[in-house]
Amino acid sequence: MSKQKIVVIGNGMVGHNFIEKLVASEGYANFEVHTFCEEPRVAYDRVYLSSYFSGKTAEDLSLVKPGFYEENGVKIYINDKAVGIDTQNKTVTSEAGVTIEYDKLIMATGSYPFVPPIDGNNRDGCLVYRTIEDLDAMKEVAARGKVGVVVGGGLLGLEAAKALVDLGLETHVVEFAPRLMPVQLDDGGAALLKRKIENLGVTVHTSKATTLITDGESCMNKMVFADGEELETDMVLFSAGIRPRDDLAKESGLELGPRGGIQIDNQCKTSDSDVFAIGECALHDGMVYGLVAPGYSMAQVVVNQLNAEPASFEGADMSTKLKLMGVDVASIGDPHGTDENALSYVYENGPEEIYKKIVVTPDGKKLLGAVLVGDAEDFGNLLQIMLNDMDLPEHPDALILPNRDGSGGDLFGPDALPETAQLCSCYDVSKGDIINAVEGGCCTMADVKATTEAGTGCGGCVQLVTNVLNSELEKRGVEVNTDLCEHFAHTRQELYHICQVEEIKDFDTLIEKHGTGCGCEVCKQAVGNIFASLWNTHALAKENVALQDTNDNYLGNMQKDGTYSVIPRVPGGEITPQKLIVLGEVATKYKLYTKVNGGQRIVLFGAQMNDLPAIWKELLDAGFESGQAYAKALRTVKSCVGSTWCRFGLDDSVTMAIEMENRYKGLRSPHKMKMGVSGCTRECAEAQAKDIGLISTENGWNLYVCGNGGMKPRHADLFATDLTKEEVFKYVDRLLMFYIRTANRLERTATWMDNLEGGLEYLQDVVINDSLGLGAELEAQMERQQQTYQCDWEAALENPEFTKRFRSFVNVDSPAEQLFVQERGQIRPATEEDKLAGIAVEIKQIA
Amino acid sequence: MSEFVQVCSTDDLVKNSGVAALINDTQVALFYINDEVYALNNYDPIGKANVMSRGLIGDLKGEFMVAAPLQKQHYNLKTGECMDVEGVSIPTYETKIENNQVLVKL
Ligand code: SRM
Ligand SMILES: Cc1cc2nc3c(=O)[nH]c(=O)nc-3n(C[C@H](O)[C@H](O)[C@H](O)COP(=O)(O)OP(=O)(O)OC[C@H]3O[C@@H](n4cnc5c(N)ncnc54)[C@H](O)[C@@H]3O)c2cc1C
Ligand code: SF4
Ligand code: FES
Repeated sequence: MSKQKIVVIGNGMVGHNFIEKLVASEGYANFEVHTFCEEPRVAYDRVYLSSYFSGKTAEDLSLVKPGFYEENGVKIYINDKAVGIDTQNKTVTSEAGVTIEYDKLIMATGSYPFVPPIDGNNRDGCLVYRTIEDLDAMKEVAARGKVGVVVGGGLLGLEAAKALVDLGLETHVVEFAPRLMPVQLDDGGAALLKRKIENLGVTVHTSKATTLITDGESCMNKMVFADGEELETDMVLFSAGIRPRDDLAKESGLELGPRGGIQIDNQCKTSDSDVFAIGECALHDGMVYGLVAPGYSMAQVVVNQLNAEPASFEGADMSTKLKLMGVDVASIGDPHGTDENALSYVYENGPEEIYKKIVVTPDGKKLLGAVLVGDAEDFGNLLQIMLNDMDLPEHPDALILPNRDGSGGDLFGPDALPETAQLCSCYDVSKGDIINAVEGGCCTMADVKATTEAGTGCGGCVQLVTNVLNSELEKRGVEVNTDLCEHFAHTRQELYHICQVEEIKDFDTLIEKHGTGCGCEVCKQAVGNIFASLWNTHALAKENVALQDTNDNYLGNMQKDGTYSVIPRVPGGEITPQKLIVLGEVATKYKLYTKVNGGQRIVLFGAQMNDLPAIWKELLDAGFESGQAYAKALRTVKSCVGSTWCRFGLDDSVTMAIEMENRYKGLRSPHKMKMGVSGCTRECAEAQAKDIGLISTENGWNLYVCGNGGMKPRHADLFATDLTKEEVFKYVDRLLMFYIRTANRLERTATWMDNLEGGLEYLQDVVINDSLGLGAELEAQMERQQQTYQCDWEAALENPEFTKRFRSFVNVDSPAEQLFVQERGQIRPATEEDKLAGIAVEIKQIA
Repeated sequence: MSEFVQVCSTDDLVKNSGVAALINDTQVALFYINDEVYALNNYDPIGKANVMSRGLIGDLKGEFMVAAPLQKQHYNLKTGECMDVEGVSIPTYETKIENNQVLVKL
């Protein structure tokens, strides 16, 4: 039997998805597939198109695994547009002159951006946002201009606005309707979104109709509006909706909808029973779906039918959740409450810029729709309630009110969902699939992603899937409590955000508002550390002093006998002979034990608490500063001699190490951090065993991250190669600040990265491609840190309140008794046996 | 047997933290929490050093406590009992505050 010939017109997201699904289907051996691809490249991910501006390449965006079509015998005609369909003889003809017969034809021609009929809409600088070529054109115009206007304030328009900001343009959004995202949002939500977006430097003009685009004076173009106002701009980017690409279908006599779109039935069949249409070119039940998931469902429906299995497309849910310019926005169901008897509840939090609204049936029993702006965490929950037609609680507003006292928890916990509930729409993963995965041994979100693919598409379902996972683990007796301690039902990351957002700078306020009791050594240390990272205030300042753990408390490491170590900073391990002499003199004067330590610096042990201020005064006078060996902060940057002296050195590792150490010194972090810089691949500085490591290459620096020695040694991972010094600083700034923001208490960088969903790749995406749009903010935060740096000991000595702490006793001036033994010409702490044996002596008795 | 001795003023104490005092050759740790002063011997019986005054204080399961600075065992501020290791405890002393003066009875 000869194979059935399938021809697919359009190799976009849905066309390709259809071929993938057909190839994977049981009956694939019975088919021969041909596809016409108008664009100069195979299908790519339009959903992530904007990431092209933050470093992703066309290859990165490709949806087709190299060799996939060849291996599976799919014939693809790249850069060749189908121009004629003969439904009588069942053939398709292309621009390049190829004619192919088909048994079944699949139209997957997508849509095109609608450009409103405005005079001048085809001038130089007037563009749309749909293909990689469009993006190249935008880059080119942005390089020539300084202002950009997006026409259309819908989902895509706002995404395009972000792209213009990234391109460095002064950015405006012009919307015809009186509010942003008119389809998805209500007035309240749109007003908040507008405010937030304007805070990011984008000017929003609503209720504006453009009548003309003409020559500009200060810019290439000028837009003229119906109200007489004008706006000078170089680029005009139209994002005013999409129109199905139905012209070819029309010419071929296929039936279209009254306002366009290839008419299909529930089987995705057009008016010709051998022709199907799927994706954005199709009109189903009066709807053209501008989202990819419904297109994928249509593709599945056609694949099933070709395999002689019944299937039908019954419409799709248009609920969306996304981050627009860093702002969480979600819309579910019918948020406008078109049923006039519908009831609505609104929660608006001005200071934190959060807006939430739900619309329910007149009897208050079922959810009809919702709008969330500024905080979309409830999205998964609300969507499931609506999709599964679940009964609402007695007071539906509880669904959107903040749950500050920690009581109750989720009203609709994951347990309330039926097993059939679809949690991940991108990969059609149900709650039952997650339960099976847990049964099969999955314990972390990373396991679940690998096993079920849930959460690996748009990412919108991750929160919900995590909740289901945790609840299933709990049921099986696996502990998933992430509370910091009995005083705070929060993780360190949550507390960090609370302190940052509410600008909390003292423990009493924090525990009163967000915790219980008076705290313990666990939460106090964590909060003290958070305050230090956020506000860079002194450890001994009145509001901080009671939060400091053993070492920070006295700006030195407590030794086993209650004395302290003194470790001045020696950046990069480089030290002058004169400074070595000073260390020797101070150690002799105060009778301290000295040793070269493992961090390329010199440590003085055995200092009594009441001597610390005097010792440090002498060291500071000689030009030393605190090495912060006591702090959760940068410790040392180890270096090798590098190109200055070493015959193999490729770059000056010592200078680089000193600059790194001076840049990041004083930066308080969830755990201590160490760095290393080697001048060549022989790696004498052991940079790959450090949190941050640099190794010089012929072409710049290779950056390694998240390694450590210690209890569980782990080699650092190669993060980026051949960087300039400026790139190193930029990436390290971002990475460390992101670590400080998101790590758990006492979590070193290696554990932190391993626990991040997506691990190294995710981190590279955040830091290098700025995928969260946080880059500038993180860098600015680092800059503030650097500007507010002050040596802890210098600040302590300036303040008599602080130095008072170092008295041995509050009521007498004499120092505490402290016993030592002499060994190899230096002191060491006396043991209990030494004391019994009578060889322990007081320091004043030591010569 | 012994009497209350005046040790220092409340201004010498640190709120929610500790200081050390020397009373008749005994090192005493004074903790100031909730407007009350608690006094314990300054010697850490497990770490074997005079360091208790430098521990972090707070509460655990409703009891005020100090966490030893060397190895973080918790001691009940009122009774001196170790909350982690059975049978270990630190001597406690009676205290009172009069006219901003701190008095301790050894
Ligand atoms: C001076 C020093 C770098 C520094 O400024 O810190 C250094 C300098 C050299 N190291 Fe090293 N290594 C130094 C510590 C290290 C360390 C760290 C450590 O041991 O604490 C390592 C990593 C640990 C290890 O041993 O693997 C280290 C791993 C190497 C290697 C790689 C060995 C390997 O098997 O991978 C080489 C290359 C080699 O063996 O030929 C090397 C070779 C060299 C040579 C001898 C290269 C050469 O053939 O000329 C360098 C001498 C430069 C010169 O002109 O004097 N050095 N070298 C360090 C001397 C420490 C010391 O004297 O105690
Ligand atoms: C910037 C941007 C962001 C987006 N973000 C999201 C999002 O977050 N979530 C979401 O769900 N959706 C999003 N979308 C929409 C999503 O990309 C589309 O829903 C999806 O691409 C539709 O797939 P399609 O195959 O129907 O159309 P397309 O991907 O447009 O593919 C159609 C292809 O057919 C080709 N073609 C047309 N006519 C012919 C012909 N005669 N011969 C040969 N080839 C032809 C076209 O050149 C095109 O390559 C976004 C779109 C854009 C532009
Ligand atoms: S790492 Fe390379 S450059 Fe540095 S000392 Fe070793 S051999 Fe020389
Ligand atoms: S819903 Fe998009 S990844 Fe799950």
